[in-house]
Amino acid sequence: MTDRFNLYRFASPATFYPLAGTLIPYFAAIAAVFGIAGLYVGMLVAPTDFQQGEGYRIIFIHVPASWLSMFIYLVMAGWAAIGLAFNTRLSGMMAQALAPTGALMAFLSLWTGALWGKPMWGTWWVWDARLTSELILLFLYIGYMALTAAIDDARRADKAGGLLLLVGVVNVPIIYFSVKWWNTLHQGSSVNLTKSSMAETMLWGMLLMAMCFWMYSIAVALMRVRTIMLERERHTDWVKAILAGGEQ
Amino acid sequence: MKTRHKKLALIGGGLAVLAIIAALVLNALNSNIALYISPTDVAAGKAPQGKPFRIGGLVKEGSLARQADGVTIRFVVTDTEHDIPVDYKGILPDLFQEGKGVVAQGKMTGEGTFTASEVLAKHDENYMPPEAAKAVGDAHTRAAEKKAAIEAAGEKPKAGY
Repeated sequence: MTDRFNLYRFASPATFYPLAGTLIPYFAAIAAVFGIAGLYVGMLVAPTDFQQGEGYRIIFIHVPASWLSMFIYLVMAGWAAIGLAFNTRLSGMMAQALAPTGALMAFLSLWTGALWGKPMWGTWWVWDARLTSELILLFLYIGYMALTAAIDDARRADKAGGLLLLVGVVNVPIIYFSVKWWNTLHQGSSVNLTKSSMAETMLWGMLLMAMCFWMYSIAVALMRVRTIMLERERHTDWVKAILAGGEQ
Repeated sequence: MKTRHKKLALIGGGLAVLAIIAALVLNALNSNIALYISPTDVAAGKAPQGKPFRIGGLVKEGSLARQADGVTIRFVVTDTEHDIPVDYKGILPDLFQEGKGVVAQGKMTGEGTFTASEVLAKHDENYMPPEAAKAVGDAHTRAAEKKAAIEAAGEKPKAGY
C-alpha cells in the first residue's frame, strides 16, 4: 500500500458514493459528444457500401453494442473475482450495477443483427456459433440478475452471482473467436488491433460510436451503483446523514 | 500465504480448469458446431446420407442460370477445388452474387446435385465505398487481361526488374 494515494479508500461505499456523483456528469457529457460525432460521421460522412448499400450503417450500433456486451461481462467477472478473493462490498455492487447495461448491449447486438440479417443474409436468425454464443451471453446476464434478485441476503447474492459470472466468462473468448474457429454464417471480424478491412471514415464512425457506448455504460453504471449503495447501506450513518440533510 | 491470496489462486486455478474443459468439449463437438461443410468435404463423403445439411462456399462466376421451367435457379457452389451444382426454388437474398459467399441448406439428390430448401448469402468482412470496389475490380480485370495477352503472345511472364 502506498502512503500518498490509497486506492483501497475508494473501495468503501461512503467515499465512492460522492466520487461517483462527481464523475457521472463528465462521463455523460463525453458520451454525448462522442455520440453526436459518431452519428454525424456514421450517417452523413461515411460512404455507401459497395455491396450492402445503406443497410450496412447498422454496424454503427451493432458493433459497439457487441463489443460492449463482451467487455462489460469481462469487467463484471473481474469485479466478481475481486469480490470473492478480497471480500469487498463495492465489487458486488459494481457487478450488479453493470448487469442491466450488459444485458441491454447483448440484446441490442442480437436485435440489430437480426434486422440486418433478414435483408442481407436472407434470414433473421441462424444457429451458427457466433449468434448462439452471443445468445448464451444474454442468458448469462439475465441468469445473473435473476439469481442475485432471488437471494435475499445481499452478500450471499453477490457470492452466488460472482461464481456464475466467473463460470460464464469462458463464453467470452468463444464469442470472439467463434468466427475464426468454426464455419459460421457471420462474417469474420473486419477490425482488430492490427488490421482493418473497412474504409477509413466507416471505421472512424464505428470507433466514435464505440467510445460513446463505453462512456454511456460507465455513466449509467455509476448512477445505478449509487442507488444500490443507498439501498444496501441504508442503516449506516453516512446514508442516514445524506437522506436527512440532502446530498452534499 | 494470506487467505485472499489463496482465494485468488483458487479462482485462477478454477478458471484454468474450466477453460481446459471447455476447449476439450468444443474440440470434440467441432463438426457439430460448424454451420456448413465445403464441397471438398462432400466429395470426401463427409456429408450425412439422406439427411438435410448445409454446404458453403463461393458462387462460381458465370454459373447462375434460371432453368427452363422458369422457377428453378441453378448455380454452382465451389471452394475452388470441388464444385457442386445447386438447384433452388425461391427468393435469393440481397447479397447473393456470383463470386461471393453462400450457404445453402438441402439434400443431395442423384447425379451429385444439391437441392436447396434455403439459400443464405454469406457476407465478407470488407466494407468499402463503390468507387473503391470499382478500382479494385478494374485493377483485377486489367491484371487478368494483361496475363491473357501475355499468354496469347506466347511469351513467358517477364521476371521482375
